[in-house]
Amino acid sequence: MGHFTYLAVLTACLSAALWLEPVLRVGVLRRWRRLALAVLPVAAVFVLWDLAAIAAGHWAYDPAQVLGVTLPGRLPLEELLFFLVIPVCAVLGFEAVRRVTGWRAGDERDPT
Amino acid sequence: MAVLLGVAGAFGLDLFVLRTRLVARRVFWVTYPIVLAFQLAFNGVLTGRGVVRYDDAAILGPRLVNAPIEDLGFGFALALATLSMWVWLGRRGVQSPRPPRQVRP
Repeated sequence: MGHFTYLAVLTACLSAALWLEPVLRVGVLRRWRRLALAVLPVAAVFVLWDLAAIAAGHWAYDPAQVLGVTLPGRLPLEELLFFLVIPVCAVLGFEAVRRVTGWRAGDERDPT
Repeated sequence: MAVLLGVAGAFGLDLFVLRTRLVARRVFWVTYPIVLAFQLAFNGVLTGRGVVRYDDAAILGPRLVNAPIEDLGFGFALALATLSMWVWLGRRGVQSPRPPRQVRP
């Protein structure tokens, strides 16, 4: 898969969760504003963390398996996408569990 | 120990900052194992194929499905923090589910 390896993993992860939107009608992507406000601040913190670890030499990315689009701080584009894709999948999964079980999450409008 | 800081930070966010208390809810603890299974699978591919390479001196040592054991903590913190934000925003009325429309006479 060469340069597309990391991107393919992200795509596989998204595919594993995206079907929940139309099939279970979880309405996560439909509520994109809320999704962005939830995902972006957390992703920002994790990216800073990642940048610190890269700078410290704790880990590195194989140039042969990423696209080669490198953001400041030697951060591959895919790594940034990772912090967007995984949380979006988590929220899709969370809403799917809520949908299927009917369990409360604490943000329902009615009291209790 | 950055990973403990991350996990503690996510717990703190959920329990004390946003007070969403997801870690006390079934819906979170049923969601998390599903998220974890995918994290292990996909992270296992990334680390197994060497897309990400770790400096052995910088990781704890034990590995789970190719990935350093501490990745579990990072993944947990990422999921909990995001879900806590998601529920908090819903509680604040940001695109939260609308109650059924009242039928007016």
